[in-house]
Amino acid sequence: MAERALFFILAIVAIVSAGGVVFSRNPVRSALLLVLNFFTLALIYFMLSAQFIGALQVIVYAGAIMVLFLFVIMLLNLGSPEAVMQERDLKRPLAYLIGFGILATLVGQAFVLLLPMTPQPPSEAGTAKVIGQALFTQWAYPVLLMGVLLTVGVIGSILLARRRVS
Amino acid sequence: MEAAPLNAYLVLSAFLFTMGAIGVVVKRNPIVMFMCIELMLNAANLAFVAFARYQTDLLAQVSGHIFVLFVFGIAAAEVAIGLGIIVVIFRLRESIDVDEVSLLRG
Amino acid sequence: MTLADFGWAIVRIAIMLGFLLSVLPVVIWLERRALAWFQNRVGPNRLGPFGLLQPMADAVKLFFKEEIVPASADRLIWALAPALSLFPALVAAATIPWGPNRLLTPVADVDIGLLYFLAMSSLAAYGVLLAGWSSNNKYSLLGGLRSSAQVISYELGMGLALATAVLAAGSFRMTTIVEMQAQPLWGVVPFLHNWLIFTPWGLIGGALFFVCMLAETNRAPFDLPEAESELVAGYQTEYSSMKFAAFFMGEYIAILAICGVMTTCFLGGYLAPISWSPIQALGEGGGFWGIVATLTGALMPPLWFIGKLFGLFFSFLWIRATLLRLRYDQLMNIGWRFLIPVGLVNLALLTVYVIWGWVPALVGYAAVIAVYLLVFSVRRPERRTVALLSEAQPYRPKEAQSG
Repeated sequence: MAERALFFILAIVAIVSAGGVVFSRNPVRSALLLVLNFFTLALIYFMLSAQFIGALQVIVYAGAIMVLFLFVIMLLNLGSPEAVMQERDLKRPLAYLIGFGILATLVGQAFVLLLPMTPQPPSEAGTAKVIGQALFTQWAYPVLLMGVLLTVGVIGSILLARRRVS
Repeated sequence: MEAAPLNAYLVLSAFLFTMGAIGVVVKRNPIVMFMCIELMLNAANLAFVAFARYQTDLLAQVSGHIFVLFVFGIAAAEVAIGLGIIVVIFRLRESIDVDEVSLLRG
Repeated sequence: MTLADFGWAIVRIAIMLGFLLSVLPVVIWLERRALAWFQNRVGPNRLGPFGLLQPMADAVKLFFKEEIVPASADRLIWALAPALSLFPALVAAATIPWGPNRLLTPVADVDIGLLYFLAMSSLAAYGVLLAGWSSNNKYSLLGGLRSSAQVISYELGMGLALATAVLAAGSFRMTTIVEMQAQPLWGVVPFLHNWLIFTPWGLIGGALFFVCMLAETNRAPFDLPEAESELVAGYQTEYSSMKFAAFFMGEYIAILAICGVMTTCFLGGYLAPISWSPIQALGEGGGFWGIVATLTGALMPPLWFIGKLFGLFFSFLWIRATLLRLRYDQLMNIGWRFLIPVGLVNLALLTVYVIWGWVPALVGYAAVIAVYLLVFSVRRPERRTVALLSEAQPYRPKEAQSG
């Protein structure tokens, strides 16, 4: 019971902060609300006994990716009031229409799913050891591909950051 | 631990995904659009982890978690490149309004 | 979870927070006195014995100071930043064991102990970054940007250094890491503990971690975010009164937490250097010596832990008093072009040890060092001119630039 109450509190925080990300006019506030959202998601992962994923969620998303976002916002000074951009007014109704369509479809799907709905007892699956073993045996080739992708990302960002020689 | 029903997680995931989708369409600031894409990726991650919790097979549970790891990796690479592109665009034209950047040249 | 579990959890949290907050004045006093000693000064010595009460007086002073909010600051975020700097520091130490009693320590002995610490320490970047931005001050902003770039860069090196401890112990769990170090030294010397720092991979990993530690906590010689000769006081320029005190506390608590991790992962945690104690041997028979043995057995591990903690903190001060502040390009070069490659090679050789044993691993270390010496004795890297200086241009208004 307590777990359910906790889940619904976290879910409400997650939805409200996600709404804040979209509807806040200040990019810095958006980024901070997104950090809050990622943090609540990490807590939900802990509740789902996925500790490893939860910790990585905080390290990767909150600790690295969002700091980069804030860094770029502040570097380019996009957070100051005069640089805050207006939303496109024409596309708004369309966006809500699309959004409502997606929401209806997904929620509908969520309720017609015919999967085993009984929660399994907490297992070893969320621990670092089990995930690591699966990662480097069964999923070894995808991991290698991921390494290639990240290397490409690093090289690409270095190329982008290089100043053009005039 | 008595978990919430799977539906609850999926509905939460759906809400987050929708917010992200609306944000991508509504916003004109590419950085906020990026953040909304991250929101959508996280909604998918939540669904992955929730499904993993409701599998009986250990291998299937772990697979759900590993997919989330791959999404983390892809998101990191995407952000590194994407923010690099945004900085370059800003350097070239001192504005990063996506409507003004419609040409594929600097 | 029963009520008793809950009560013990509260006790554990209270002990940890109580220790962190009560040791804080001592740490601040130690820093001021030790720095004074290094610099041939006296330092604060008026209030209380040896000036020990000086931090209390500072706290009272800060508490009663006027709080000035910059007119163009983003008020909400400006007020949030000190809290965001203090909170991760306070909770980061939750998985560090400071004694063998599992009822009292650590607060949470979780499977992902080290990852939890990395997560919390990576959150510390927000406080500084947001403080710098929301103050709406050039110096603050520069300080915040410098700090976040530095923290992100050195987090990689820190992760690689901690990975040596994780790989050697086979677990992220901090108590397992300590138990791994309770083995006989190198598996052969029975009365010494196998602290990770006594192994080649642990020595290199520990050295890397120590450097990253200085950078993560923005301490000298990596204190560019608050370099007073360039940036006034960096991100905390505009802060006064209790908000400034919160930054100050957050910084020192973060230092204590990160020293605790170094102690746990590389310096044997709460273990004594020698695993042989005459008092314990005397206490075998019970009676008076039995009581003494029980008491020392319970008291010594936390004392060892605290001793190592303060030793590390003192080394921070020593370095601050000795080394010059780095230039920004030097800082980035050390992080990306020295720490990360060395950490990766070290990790690779540690996997060699884990899989094939110590002979191939030692051969590997010898080979790497030989190759390094060969390459760098033949061709010394030529001194690079500072790219930043050569690119620097005098300020021109926009019209002149485009023309």
